[in-house]
Amino acid sequence: MSRLAVPKTYKLYIGGAFPRSESGRTYEVLSASGGFLANAAKASRKDARDAVVAARAAVGGWAGATAYNRGQVLYRIAELLEGRRAQFVAEIEDAEGATRAAASAQVDEAIDRWVWYAGWADKFAQVTGNANPVAGPYFNISVPEPTGVVAIVAPQDTSLLGLVSAVAPALVAGNAVVVVASERFPLSAISLAEVLATSDVPKGVVNVLTGSPAEITPWLASHADVNAIDLVGASALDWVDLEISAADTLKRVLRPEQGPDAAAPALGRITAFTETKTVWHTKSMR
Amino acid sequence: MSFLEYAPAPESTAVLNLRDQYGLFIDGEFVDGRGTPFQTISPATEARIATVSNANEADVADAVAAARRAYERTWSRMSGRDRGKYLFRIARLVQERARELAVAESLDNGKPIKESRDVDVPLVAAWFFYYAGWADKLDHAGLGANPRALGVAAQVIPWNFPLLMLAWKIAPALAAGNTVVLKPAETTPLTALIFAEILQQADLPAGVVNIITGAGDTGAALVSHEGVDKVAFTGSTGVGRAIAKQIAGTDKKATLELGGKAANIVFDDAPIDQAIEGIVNGIFFNQGHVCCAGSRLLVQENIHDEVVDRLKSRLSTLRLGDPLDKNTDIGAINSREQLERIRELSDVGVAEGAERWSAPCEIPENGFWYAPTIFTGVQTSSRIAREEIFGPVLSVLTFRTPAEAIAKANNTPYGLSAGIWSDKGSRILAVADQLRAGVIWANTFNRFDPASPFGGYKESGYGREGGRHGLAAYLAPASIGGQGALPRAASHGAVASPSETSTDAAAEPKARRTRATRTTKASTKGSKR
Repeated sequence: MSRLAVPKTYKLYIGGAFPRSESGRTYEVLSASGGFLANAAKASRKDARDAVVAARAAVGGWAGATAYNRGQVLYRIAELLEGRRAQFVAEIEDAEGATRAAASAQVDEAIDRWVWYAGWADKFAQVTGNANPVAGPYFNISVPEPTGVVAIVAPQDTSLLGLVSAVAPALVAGNAVVVVASERFPLSAISLAEVLATSDVPKGVVNVLTGSPAEITPWLASHADVNAIDLVGASALDWVDLEISAADTLKRVLRPEQGPDAAAPALGRITAFTETKTVWHTKSMR
Repeated sequence: MSFLEYAPAPESTAVLNLRDQYGLFIDGEFVDGRGTPFQTISPATEARIATVSNANEADVADAVAAARRAYERTWSRMSGRDRGKYLFRIARLVQERARELAVAESLDNGKPIKESRDVDVPLVAAWFFYYAGWADKLDHAGLGANPRALGVAAQVIPWNFPLLMLAWKIAPALAAGNTVVLKPAETTPLTALIFAEILQQADLPAGVVNIITGAGDTGAALVSHEGVDKVAFTGSTGVGRAIAKQIAGTDKKATLELGGKAANIVFDDAPIDQAIEGIVNGIFFNQGHVCCAGSRLLVQENIHDEVVDRLKSRLSTLRLGDPLDKNTDIGAINSREQLERIRELSDVGVAEGAERWSAPCEIPENGFWYAPTIFTGVQTSSRIAREEIFGPVLSVLTFRTPAEAIAKANNTPYGLSAGIWSDKGSRILAVADQLRAGVIWANTFNRFDPASPFGGYKESGYGREGGRHGLAAYLAPASIGGQGALPRAASHGAVASPSETSTDAAAEPKARRTRATRTTKASTKGSKR
């Protein structure tokens, strides 16, 4: 006897909660074969601004956590994702029309990238910081600090891997993130949000918007409380205009990348969203 | 005659060997510019010093072409060891001609000779000496083996530290293997032109450094020239913003060193004598024409009156006048335009309810001058607490708790520098952690060193100058494929090599990463080279 399935309502993830879009809008998400999968929330400008507020509120605590703690929290995401591996594989098979093997490989790689970045949390400062031998009686040290609130347009051609590859490095240093998911493959992004919500990631540290990147991204690019914008998945958008808009508040900008391995693991993706702080302190015996 | 009065002790200008007219320094030679020449004057006397060429767009194109040729034919092929030796030569020549450069700087800029002689010029030599040693050690700069130069660097510098900013820009660029077109500020071209003569003495290959003089439109033409690979700018946030827009969608990398409104936080346990000297140095050094100046004094409420009284008494001993006099503490404001901006904002401070106090000092008849000024009773919302005045004007605010000090210090779109004065080391380090600024001085202020990275958070710009970080701003990792992942403000270097990061788990075939395909809009910007 077949059982009638219970489908899930996919909503946004803002400030640790799962609200619908304040606009009440949704859009149809179709499978690779054209079948109906779900109605995803279509985020509005207001949702984007709410997400930035949530991210700003979360930065202090996340950046203030010890690097060891951030590393453990990121590693725990990998642990939880591993436990829900089958769900993500099935979702990706449905959405992308991928083979079981390809979907499995994508999930495995996403998990492994959380592990890779988790390990960086208490090391990148040693690699990119510096003790500076200045010509005078001063203790002088340069350390990387998080830039603040980072907006991300996730790579658009995968459900999970691109999203994880862009979000994880921004979190390592202690930034809070507002990410616009793949427009065509948004469902795994919300499932990942469920993983984040039940892991140890503080609320507001990651905020996930689904909908139209072309509609949402300009509001993030011009938002004065966003410190940096990663346009990795924005190659189909008018990203030069986005960059010009970001220049109004001198945001740090990462350019679009394309291909199946966009946002490949790199220390540079961590340091792109850090600021070098140099502290001078007098030395004296008195 | 009180103990504060001294006989005049002006530094002799006989050491100078100035020309009456200066051309543009392009491809190793001085050539006439095709724009309308302009005069550079002494801001202390308004007397003409020399006539300077004005580079128009064609001149800019010539300079970029010369830099490109030098890059491709000479500089990029030269060993790092030899590039370094040229930089060492330049450092030595600067030391040899230090007095001449200091006098010229004080004459053209208006800063006291004690500062140009003891701060600017020694740091210029130090900057070249420091980066000279990097030229053959680029593998250790943090970008992996065999990092590559970016190509032609367009560098636009301000008038507050003319020769020092030149050194901050040129030394790392050349060490990394780039060639340079540099534009000094319109009001302070003199030492850059003397520096061009030093390059001739050093026998630096033609075209490796080109120096073009002119105003804002010359700078804009240079920054937007399609043959430029890297833009380095120090100046106002407004111009920095315009540059960021101008180069959006291009392959140009940028370092922007912009404005500031630094908080100088004084706790009640601070070593008060040192703090007073530090506050004075923080805002009145170089007439306050310092992007990282400590222009907002945040003083703990219970010592406010004492600090203000002692400041006033100390400021009353400062000597304002002839920049070339060795006893001068406060020199001339760099230009009439800047003087008017200082006056305007200062009047706004009064209109907004703050109390103004200026040191009693005689203002010379000619030239541009502004007496050291303190505002008390300043509200955080006041324009003099928010906008960069870039002059000898200090706004005093108070706080009660460290948390309040941090909140007020960070309440600005800028984030260049900050100061902390306290005897308690643990508090200094905790407060330093919380301040959103790129340079924090604890129990000191306005210290600079070629080994120490300098640069801002937020709207004070991006990228770092100085140290290994400053070098990385002129380099890219060896692998072209990884370039797309590099930040626009490539200041922190370090992108892991693909072999280090590849994972074999993915069954999907991994296409070799290629540069992002540009939209049509970007590609119409034209091909380079």
